[in-house]
Amino acid sequence: MGKIKKAFSSNMEVTRLLVIMFCWLVFVGIMQGKKFYSFNNFLTMSGQFPEYGLMVLGGMLPMITGGIDLSLVGTANFTSIICVYSAIGLFGAQGSMPIAFTLVFFLLAMLIGTAVGCLNAFLVSKLNVPPILATLGVNELMLGLSIVITGGAAVSDFPKEYCDFFSSNIFGIIPWRVVVFIIMAVVIWFLLEKTTYGTKIRLYGTNSHVATFSGLNTTALLFKTYIISSICAGFGGLMMLATYSSARADYGSNYTMQAILIMVLGGVSPNGGKGKVSGAITAIILLKFIESGINRFRSVSTYYVTLIWGVVLLIALVLDYMSAKPKKVKSSPAAKSAV
Amino acid sequence: MKKRITRLLHSNEPYIFMIIIFLGVLVQIRSGQFFTGNNIVDLLSALIVPGLFALGEFMSLISGGIDVSFPALASLSTYAATKILLDTNYQGNVLLAFVIAMAIGALLGAINGFFVGYLNLNSMIVTLGTSSIFQGIMQGALRANQLSVIPSGMSSFGTTAFISATNKTNGLTSILPYTFLVLIVACVFMFVLLKYTIFGRGIYAIGGNSQSAHAAGFNVKRSKFIMFIIIGMIASAAGVCRTCMMQQMHPTNMLGMEMNIIAGVVLGGVALAGGAGTLTGCILGTFLIVMVQNSMILLGIPTTWSDVFVGAVIVIGVAVSAIQANRKGRIKTSRIINHQKEAA
Repeated sequence: MGKIKKAFSSNMEVTRLLVIMFCWLVFVGIMQGKKFYSFNNFLTMSGQFPEYGLMVLGGMLPMITGGIDLSLVGTANFTSIICVYSAIGLFGAQGSMPIAFTLVFFLLAMLIGTAVGCLNAFLVSKLNVPPILATLGVNELMLGLSIVITGGAAVSDFPKEYCDFFSSNIFGIIPWRVVVFIIMAVVIWFLLEKTTYGTKIRLYGTNSHVATFSGLNTTALLFKTYIISSICAGFGGLMMLATYSSARADYGSNYTMQAILIMVLGGVSPNGGKGKVSGAITAIILLKFIESGINRFRSVSTYYVTLIWGVVLLIALVLDYMSAKPKKVKSSPAAKSAV
Repeated sequence: MKKRITRLLHSNEPYIFMIIIFLGVLVQIRSGQFFTGNNIVDLLSALIVPGLFALGEFMSLISGGIDVSFPALASLSTYAATKILLDTNYQGNVLLAFVIAMAIGALLGAINGFFVGYLNLNSMIVTLGTSSIFQGIMQGALRANQLSVIPSGMSSFGTTAFISATNKTNGLTSILPYTFLVLIVACVFMFVLLKYTIFGRGIYAIGGNSQSAHAAGFNVKRSKFIMFIIIGMIASAAGVCRTCMMQQMHPTNMLGMEMNIIAGVVLGGVALAGGAGTLTGCILGTFLIVMVQNSMILLGIPTTWSDVFVGAVIVIGVAVSAIQANRKGRIKTSRIINHQKEAA
């Protein structure tokens, strides 16, 4: 029992989200139980979240360093467009593509991610540009290049084997997209919790001066961080390509704000130094439940989704504020006695 | 005097001004159309709405926080105001539209201000949340659609020429509507507010170091609260101006402007960490972004390339100003080291 209590109190963000999620699930269960709790609905939901889920996982890392990555969506769309054009170039618009070529897609995503990440990290670490502006500019550049390549239109004539593969499910129950998401989540979790990299970026995020003076190679650290972030964004782009089965320069334009919202909700501090994979994943799932739950109500406009997200974010912030206050009071006598 | 010149050279404004002139000359060489009356008038009228937004963002950045909710705030308050006037079949002049929109804007700004000021939460996250709430209210609760007819007072305000200029070579006439006066009034208001009032100096002090500001006797919480109300009012005024100029109200086409506005303000040398920045820089930076967006056609660059150029300008601009800031920091530290050496 004590162990459970400890796990809860050490994971305030996750606990809070789980409470909100539980309330919501009960509410939806009472109102629209049959429609919401169906196998198909859960399958659809799990197929949808990896696109921005991957962006959240990646974008989390720069945010832990105290920065932010706004170039996620631009990178994602650029990646999917380059992949589509490479497939068209090799196999023709109507041709067929061997499934193994999917690996080339992922390699391309990593290549583009590395390039974009290097550009971001160069601006942030070498030139000391504020991350929010550097990545904003890079996002604008990627969007621009995507528009130049496609002429602004959607590209949908390309070999569809990739999309067919990624919209199918393993044994009919686990979508392939979720597998990609889980693999990346494990990788990021491993990096954050089991390697010194995680400790280093948290140190850098808490106080970059101290990190520099304690002998960390901050340049290399930032390069790694932004490269991983952009690679995740690239993978997110591939997932988007599978969902829409076409590529366009401005798909998912609201994912940037959505991703930041999820990160903050999941307990990643925008001032840096804090953030866990568990929190991020809980927040992703919570938002998907809310979105899908609202869509079950016929009479409610889908635009209410944004309203509710905003309210949830503010509730989470206020809960944080309320729970922070008594803690301080409690800890002060202990601190005094320690002195 | 010498001190003043060195200080000027270490700030961003002259460089941004030089880039603007350089770009202008470039456009002039390519097309011969830049320094014509109608192009200047076009640019100025394109500056009105971003300029007003930039003024609000400027104040928020000075205080050390980022506001990303202003496009949603402006859309909601303007939509509500226009809808109210249409429903009551109002035929009078535009003043009432401004009053209603700014009152709603003040209310919405107060929500931001409450969370950021009194609860002391991170302004970027709060405004991200309120931004989606405002958007949800507008599209979900109010079921906002495009209003293709706007009250006659508003439409005449947006089309009556304050200055008009005709290009002799191609016969195109451009007009600068009276909404430009709104921008000028807002600029003067902001200048006086930030330079000559205790409140304004308090905003700079809070941005520099909020604890010191508190210790110095500024009411940090109330200042932030009032500041967000003012930002809400300015943003709403910008929304009304845009609706008047476009002759229609579209609920979503202002959304997504926030990032370019922030980029423009920061290009002008306003520190993202707060506490530093000038009004001149803010307007010059915004003007640069507007100019790049508007001069693509005159440069003979296909419009598909426009985002690439805006991105390039942001990246290069912020890189230059960052290098600038680094140099300044280095000079400062070297001076301190020299002082220490002398003292030793």
